[in-house]
Amino acid sequence: MTATTEAYRSRLPAGHDGFGQILRAEWTKFWTVRGWIIGLVVSVLLTALISVLTSLAQHSGSCVGPNPSQLTCTTGHPYVPTGPGGEAVADSFYFVHHPLTGNGSITARVTSLTGVASTSGNTSSPGSSPLSSTKANLAPWAKAGLIIKQSLHQGSAYAAVMTTGAHGVRMQYNYLHDAPGLAGRVSAAAPRWLRLTRSGDTLTGYDSLNGTRWSKIGTVRLPGLHATVQAGLFATSPVSFQGSSGGYTTMATGVFDHVSGGGTAWRGLNLGTSSMYPTLAPGRYQQSGGAFTLSGSGDIAPDVGGGIFGGDTLHNSLVGGLIGLIVLIVVATLYITAEYRRGLIRVTLTASPRRGRVLAAKAIVIGLVAFVTGLVATAISIPISQHLLTHNGNYLLPVSALTDLRVVVGTAALLAVAAVAVLALGTVLRRSAGAVTAGILLFVLPYILANAVPASGQWLMRLTPAAAFAIQQTIPAYPQVSNSYNVANGFYPLSVWAGFAVLCVWAALALGLALVVLRRRDA
Amino acid sequence: MTTTLHAEWTKVRTVGGLGWLLLAAAVLTAGVSAAVVVATKYSPVSPQDTTKLALTGVDLGQAVIAILAVLIITGEYSTGMIRVTLAAMPRRPLVLAAKAAWVTALALAAGTVAVLACLLAARLVLPGNGFTPGHGYPLLSLAHGATLRAAVGSVLYLALIALLSLGVATAVRDSAVAIGVVLALLYLFPIVAQVAAPRWQHDLMQIGPMTAGLSIQATTHLRSLAIGPWAGLGVLAAWAAGALLAGGLVLRLRDA
Repeated sequence: MTATTEAYRSRLPAGHDGFGQILRAEWTKFWTVRGWIIGLVVSVLLTALISVLTSLAQHSGSCVGPNPSQLTCTTGHPYVPTGPGGEAVADSFYFVHHPLTGNGSITARVTSLTGVASTSGNTSSPGSSPLSSTKANLAPWAKAGLIIKQSLHQGSAYAAVMTTGAHGVRMQYNYLHDAPGLAGRVSAAAPRWLRLTRSGDTLTGYDSLNGTRWSKIGTVRLPGLHATVQAGLFATSPVSFQGSSGGYTTMATGVFDHVSGGGTAWRGLNLGTSSMYPTLAPGRYQQSGGAFTLSGSGDIAPDVGGGIFGGDTLHNSLVGGLIGLIVLIVVATLYITAEYRRGLIRVTLTASPRRGRVLAAKAIVIGLVAFVTGLVATAISIPISQHLLTHNGNYLLPVSALTDLRVVVGTAALLAVAAVAVLALGTVLRRSAGAVTAGILLFVLPYILANAVPASGQWLMRLTPAAAFAIQQTIPAYPQVSNSYNVANGFYPLSVWAGFAVLCVWAALALGLALVVLRRRDA
Repeated sequence: MTTTLHAEWTKVRTVGGLGWLLLAAAVLTAGVSAAVVVATKYSPVSPQDTTKLALTGVDLGQAVIAILAVLIITGEYSTGMIRVTLAAMPRRPLVLAAKAAWVTALALAAGTVAVLACLLAARLVLPGNGFTPGHGYPLLSLAHGATLRAAVGSVLYLALIALLSLGVATAVRDSAVAIGVVLALLYLFPIVAQVAAPRWQHDLMQIGPMTAGLSIQATTHLRSLAIGPWAGLGVLAAWAAGALLAGGLVLRLRDA
């Protein structure tokens, strides 16, 4: 007779260990810590506060007067034209023009292009500094050539062929587009022949060294071109940044001869002297015999904003995101290191022994929390800054709604991926201080060094996770526009998505390392 | 006081990874400086303050010093050691003073090594990059008054950063939060100052602990600084004193 004893079985239904349960457990661990929720609220408030700080005191206005003690100041910004695509543009140049009806062509020879630069520091637009305080200096993107333009309104469609200070012959159209022609600098010994032909909506640019053998630079279509357009000669010279980070105004003088096409009714016009784009002095022209001498200051190009150009972007207000990021880094680190400090990690790993899933659940929770926090913070900050800046008379460069959306969602995604990366770092280090410091330094220090020591700082903005801030760039950098394209002005060395990819690679590496370490190591 | 100092020294020297942290502070400071110096070439249009350039690494090294200072106090809170400490030495401000003394000593030691290494690296590398006496850049030397001020000032700067961090950490008691607060205080001022409205930039540079404190590194164009070298270090000292005072008050008033 043997007594059979049955092993004890709990009557409670077996618990589930599905991923949903782990996710729920991790979410509970997050939201029940009051300090972390307070941290998130603080992060949103600080982000908004910095946006207000950076936008509040920005007043736009211009002061003109005979000397610094007798200035008359007006608030508001000067006129900024917008191009055919809706983008802000500069359209300031000296134009010697006549109407051209139907198809036709204009030809000229450029024999000289010279220039002067302002030596009296930055001149603010509008207005002009006296020509006496200048020195000989031809801006690399000084332009003189032929242009066919929809109308005399700033921002209207155009196509142009031109000689430039240091970039050879170019064909440009509709502000954003640029193509190279003959290389080399123009001079009396090496003149350049230019020709611009209209046929319907199509304009073709040619250049030549001798006026007999012509080569085509490019053909462009300007849809909706009026039957009568303005055709003629132009000269202009943009703000130059050679040897100066602040920029200075310049003026160029081009000499044309062998001008043909379009009769003799030439009229001179200073286009855009009172618009936002800074100019050195009003342009002028004289005609003697067959030679035209045009002087002009300004540019026909996209407006890249910032500094001497005057237009604002929201880039400055987005810096508030950095403080939000610092708070999130602290919270994301504590989300894992607090478990190690309290010993909770042993319970966690006993309850769900598949450690990879625990890490995945934690990453999803902190990623989503950071994403939502970032979304709220940016979505609050951007309208506040927009309102404050425009209310104070500043000009905000127009960007498409899609770009605005990309900045808001992209900033939130940046915070999310960063939080996941820091969580992984915390898992590897298990110590709060090290993980928080590494997280903050990797994001914040490149930002500081990129401005303090630009040479090495630009590389840090390519290689470190801080490269992802490129997602906040709203205005592209144009090779045909001279500017100091640096982080302080809102231009990043990597493209929008390449920068974000750099952060993602870092996060993936950190997560991989965390997974290996978490599986191998005793808790 | 001697016994308090001795007890604190025993605890300080046994902080986990202390040696590594001190080494990291010196190596990172010198390493970043060396990298920046190697990457900077002479150019007639952009004049450089070579002493300041040579000490760029302090921007990074201070973070390691901050960790060190934070860990010395938060380690006690996370293990519960603080209760033993305060039971054995009930005069709480004295405990904080002893900790401050040791943290200052460690920061001074690591800072001296780091700063000397920075200057040595710059002295060896810069002439090869075109920063020669012929171009108006004499060899870096501590015999030069401004350079000596920058060097000594940078070491003092690191010690003050350590005191600031100790004060903040005593007040908040958690290492992650403390280091977050300290680094935010240090690094956010220069970033926000860059983008703030022009008339606020100057003020922000003057009151920021890092922006004001690091003006001690300038040797040229002192007039264009937001705040003078010693006055700037004074601002940082005020921050450190304020943080220590806050930490001391919290330590005194609150249960451990």
